[in-house]
Amino acid sequence: MIDFDPSEEQQLIVETVRQFARNEVRPRARECDEAAKLPAELLHEAHALGLVASGIDERFGGGGERSALTGALVAEELAWGDLSIAAAILSPSLESVPVSDLASDAQKQLWLPGLVGERFRPGALALVEPHYGADPLTPHTRARRDGAGYRLDGEKCLVPWVEGGDHVLVSATGDTGPQLFRVARQAMGLRATPARYMGIQALPTVELSLQAVRVAADDALPPARDGLASVVQRGRVAQGAMAIGVARAAYEVARDYAKERRAFGAPIATKQAIAFKLADMAIEIDAARLLVWEAAWHLDTARDAARAVFLAHRQAQKVALEVSDAAVQVLGGHGYTREYLPELCLRNARGFACFEGLSLV
Amino acid sequence: MAIDFELTRNAQVARAHYRDMASAHMRPFSREYDDREHELPTPWVDWFWKHGRGGAPDTDLSQPGDGMVQVCVQAEELCWGDAGLYLRIPSAALGGSAVAAAGTPAQKERFLSAFRGDGPPVWGAMAITEPQAGSDSAAIQTTAVRDGDEYVLDGTKIFCTSGEGASQHEGGFVVVWATVDKSAGRGGIKAFVVPAKTPGMRLVGTEKKLGIRASDTATLVLEKCRVPAANLLGSATVKKDDAKQTGDKGFKGAMATFDASRPIVAAMAVGVGRASLDFLREELTRNGVKIRYDAPAAALGAVERDVIDMEAELQAARLLTWRAAALISRGRPNNLEASMAKAKAGLVVTRITQKAVELLGPAGYSKKLLVEKWMRDAKINDIYEGTQQINQLIVARRILEYSSSVLR
Repeated sequence: MIDFDPSEEQQLIVETVRQFARNEVRPRARECDEAAKLPAELLHEAHALGLVASGIDERFGGGGERSALTGALVAEELAWGDLSIAAAILSPSLESVPVSDLASDAQKQLWLPGLVGERFRPGALALVEPHYGADPLTPHTRARRDGAGYRLDGEKCLVPWVEGGDHVLVSATGDTGPQLFRVARQAMGLRATPARYMGIQALPTVELSLQAVRVAADDALPPARDGLASVVQRGRVAQGAMAIGVARAAYEVARDYAKERRAFGAPIATKQAIAFKLADMAIEIDAARLLVWEAAWHLDTARDAARAVFLAHRQAQKVALEVSDAAVQVLGGHGYTREYLPELCLRNARGFACFEGLSLV
Repeated sequence: MAIDFELTRNAQVARAHYRDMASAHMRPFSREYDDREHELPTPWVDWFWKHGRGGAPDTDLSQPGDGMVQVCVQAEELCWGDAGLYLRIPSAALGGSAVAAAGTPAQKERFLSAFRGDGPPVWGAMAITEPQAGSDSAAIQTTAVRDGDEYVLDGTKIFCTSGEGASQHEGGFVVVWATVDKSAGRGGIKAFVVPAKTPGMRLVGTEKKLGIRASDTATLVLEKCRVPAANLLGSATVKKDDAKQTGDKGFKGAMATFDASRPIVAAMAVGVGRASLDFLREELTRNGVKIRYDAPAAALGAVERDVIDMEAELQAARLLTWRAAALISRGRPNNLEASMAKAKAGLVVTRITQKAVELLGPAGYSKKLLVEKWMRDAKINDIYEGTQQINQLIVARRILEYSSSVLR
């Protein structure tokens, strides 16, 4: 039956994460962006909420409640607080989701328990490549057979690189198609260069250069038909949800500002030019959110999600950019300053055009 | 409950049923009754009256349907068939909604039974808009004066959908909105059921329109038109103008009808938009243009981009529509959501149908196909049941928590 109400359990989770985002994440958003630094202690606090662990199989110490929809709800709330911090908090999903979906039982046994321990351990996933027109489904990074293992060569960028992680999952094209490889951050031939972007400044990211990086056969995730495609889809749903969170953050600031700011003797929100813009922002946010939920629901119900994910992801990133821009506009000159949130939202929102695997559901 | 995007089995059965009906019994008449504006599409009307009423035959009544969402699915399918013919369906339509929402059991029996009967086809209609009062429906000038056991109505109503059917065919009725006390503002506005052929109610013409030409859009003049006092819907008491008044079925009643009808209108819009988009995609396939849902943005062609955006926007409008409808089914307020859906759907299908004409070139522009007609039909959805701008205004008031006197 058509229904748009999250389950009671999901509502509880959303309420918890929303409070955390409001009380802990948002107050740090600006200073973290300015300092290009994550609040390390906060990541550990967030880890205690078990947001990623709850989705990991019980056999490996997780909560066993995997749901892309719940993941989307959580991602939106955290990204509403701050996109960089949200991506860092959820970064273990970058390892747990591909491993849960694609790895052998032995690999899961080896890798998953580390993600549900007491200590926060970030994950990293390298899907984006720096060349023009890059397609995450056909990586130019190559994986060649090398004895019993593999040798990887290629370039990656926009790789989240939160301190404290020890591995990164790298996509590469092998003999049988695209595949993921678990590579130690310290591996020989792997060079990680810190990168700076217009947005997500608080999130450490690197460009990776792989030159004859050796990977043991045990560290290759089994090639699965559409395996990488499913990882990309799970990333796009997460990013779609995060885009909605960013848009909502910008919209709410603009709405509240418009009710406070007076011009010509009245709050500017009482002028239709502003009020209608805000109405359109609210409509577009709600509409795109429903598309993202529908895409997540496709994943959860094991339907072919490709088209729904593609449409939702495109729409959400478009809306995030348009709404953030409109929010800057509503605030006028103040919107252009770093004193207010919309300028940060605008810089972050543009990134969704190139983020892949910033987080996974 | 939990988030779910799958229609119930019954709703799926209904969707298939109405899709077949649209293909077999509406599309074949689309062009003909677009050309023959103002003519009653008798073959369609008679077929529907005999065979179209009563829902899908395969419905399992022991199983749940999707409530108002299912009504929206039906509207989408039939407007995918033809929006003009859909509006000409013999039914109580918006007049029926008003009677159902505000009428007493006796009034419902009196006015609605003909729509279930075996007599000739009947229509209902709602008459609010006047030459000087469109979006600002509180400004209506039509008066109702109590005279013994009757009210006497005087005024002019325009843009009355199915006004010809409802006023000229025995058994039908028009719900006329009129003020019993101009000094009371909105509080003085009441709804009266005026049965077809009541002396003093005169059909003076029907509009020549851009689209939905199979639908009659009437101008009705009321001159010393007498109806029994028992035809008043809701309370006769006049409360002085106060936006917060509750329990009154006058102006507030009219506005509440919109909360229920706007999702349906949004669904109708989605139906027309889908007609265009379905056809466009078939044409592209025939011409070897493939739409890729897994290509990087930089590799997408211009037409692919257009089609993908049209699909996303249409689905966005449909989901907003279903959300507004699902709230009704659960007995929850949906004023904000209904206006969001209507504003979005009206705009989206206007753009989609215009883009389809553009992409198909001379074929899209030609009257040999229906693409040009869908573009003309689609535009009304951006206007009636509250223009896009009125719905933006409602959304804005809600999100800003402003009254109509603060955000005018």
